[in-house]
Amino acid sequence: MKQKRQIGGGLLVGLSGFSVILILAIMIGILTVIILGGRERISWEFLTSFPENGMMEGGIFPAIIGTALLVILMSMAAVPFGVITAIYLAEYAGEKSVIAQTIRFAVRTLATVPSIIFGLFGLGFFIRFVGAGMDQVFLSGNLKWAQPNLLWASMTMALLTLPVVIVSVEEAIRTVPQELREASLALGATRWQTVKRVVIPGSLSGILTGTILAVSRGAGEVAPILFTGAAYYLANLPGSLSDQFMNLGYHIYILSTQSANVDQTLPIQYATTMVLLLLTFILNLTAVVIRSRFRRGIR
Amino acid sequence: MKEVKIETKDLTLHYGAKMALNSVSVQIPEKQVTAFIGPSGCGKSTFLRTLNRMNDLIPNVHISGEVLIDGLNIYEKRIDVVNLRKKIGMVFQKSNPFAKSVFDNIAYGPRINGIHNTKKLHEIVETALHRAAIWDEVKDRLNDSALALSGGQQQRLCIARSLAVEPEIILMDEPASALDPISTGKIEELIFELKKNYTIVIVTHNMQQAARISDFTAFFYMGELIEFGKTRKLFTAPEIKQTEDYITGRFG
Repeated sequence: MKQKRQIGGGLLVGLSGFSVILILAIMIGILTVIILGGRERISWEFLTSFPENGMMEGGIFPAIIGTALLVILMSMAAVPFGVITAIYLAEYAGEKSVIAQTIRFAVRTLATVPSIIFGLFGLGFFIRFVGAGMDQVFLSGNLKWAQPNLLWASMTMALLTLPVVIVSVEEAIRTVPQELREASLALGATRWQTVKRVVIPGSLSGILTGTILAVSRGAGEVAPILFTGAAYYLANLPGSLSDQFMNLGYHIYILSTQSANVDQTLPIQYATTMVLLLLTFILNLTAVVIRSRFRRGIR
Repeated sequence: MKEVKIETKDLTLHYGAKMALNSVSVQIPEKQVTAFIGPSGCGKSTFLRTLNRMNDLIPNVHISGEVLIDGLNIYEKRIDVVNLRKKIGMVFQKSNPFAKSVFDNIAYGPRINGIHNTKKLHEIVETALHRAAIWDEVKDRLNDSALALSGGQQQRLCIARSLAVEPEIILMDEPASALDPISTGKIEELIFELKKNYTIVIVTHNMQQAARISDFTAFFYMGELIEFGKTRKLFTAPEIKQTEDYITGRFG
């Protein structure tokens, strides 16, 4: 009997060890291939210059800027809405409230929708409906907003990340001990005062890391912006919300499928992938640093 | 008997379908220490939390009967719960200081009441810490995190925090149950001092503690108030058999 249990335990340890090694190997494999492929191409000039000669030469500067603008605008839309919704769900809604249950259902459903559907929705709703409406009302039918641009792509991306933000922020808020809320309420604080002075400060690190992780997920998505604003090539940086923009993820797709000579652009593809990975890695690292710093501060 | 500060009439409380308090009627005198004793799950903490409407936070609680404070039923619709809780301080079983400095913990209550004058806040904080007999220990650490204090200090800090909003009543839910004997002794001394100015209601698991610090004792069992009276009388000559069985250690 004892032997049998030991065999079972050993098997489990072996299996989990194998899984760890497998995952590490896959990750190291991917990174090695990308770094080996792109290391010769990557340089300061590559990061700061425009693509040239039909994408066969030059750099990826506009794609970096476009991605950064997209991420910033998306966060400006998704984070406030997400945080407010999460606060409502965690602090105000009763357990059996119909509104809260409806929101939760909607959030769960949104989180499972494939990202290409968000892209189609953005095209149909933001461009064909909202944008066209704005053109009709403000520009007497002249075409300005009823076409793909930075604003609509950011809004579409915001919709995609919204459920992730809501879920992670709500989780962060729920880690604040109930005793602290009670202490505040027992001192005669209102619910809002309690949220503002105890709950939010107490979960700030979780809120920040949650939103950063959500945002970094959005930064790597391509499907939602395919129809809503990403451009194949632009000679200028976007100057306003109604301009199209270039994007790192989309650029990789373009390079690997649409360029005149795919094999010749391979080093550029690897280097671009490196930059995109680095960008999400930096975002994730920021989240980790914030989390550990706050943890130390609490003690 | 002194003037009645808190009175309940036929107070019954249900958690969903489960009855937690059954028609409790009691009169708690002003500026005295009243202890609630009884075995776990007898309803004494639940009863304490009806006195400042903390049970409002729990879904599915149904309350009938009355809780009168200074003759006013606090479950009436026109009662503002927020104002009510300013009048009634509460100290919890587990000390629960905010993750803020000692000063900001004490100043929390005054600040939410709109006091922002630094000099005034300093006065309030110092007075509250003096009254909670912890001033000498923390006067040089006002800007340190409250979480760096020892468990006993944290609990007295929480008492000071509740004093800073100048309540008339202080509810204590087993305030010393997680503390060592020395810290417990300090809390008990403090309670003795505080009753000069405040009406104190304390839930305790520890019968010796109830006997030491309280003027009146209420014995709860299975959601009912079995016996209420002067502490000395209840512990020496209880009128009801169940009370006697409990205090002599035959059950509970």
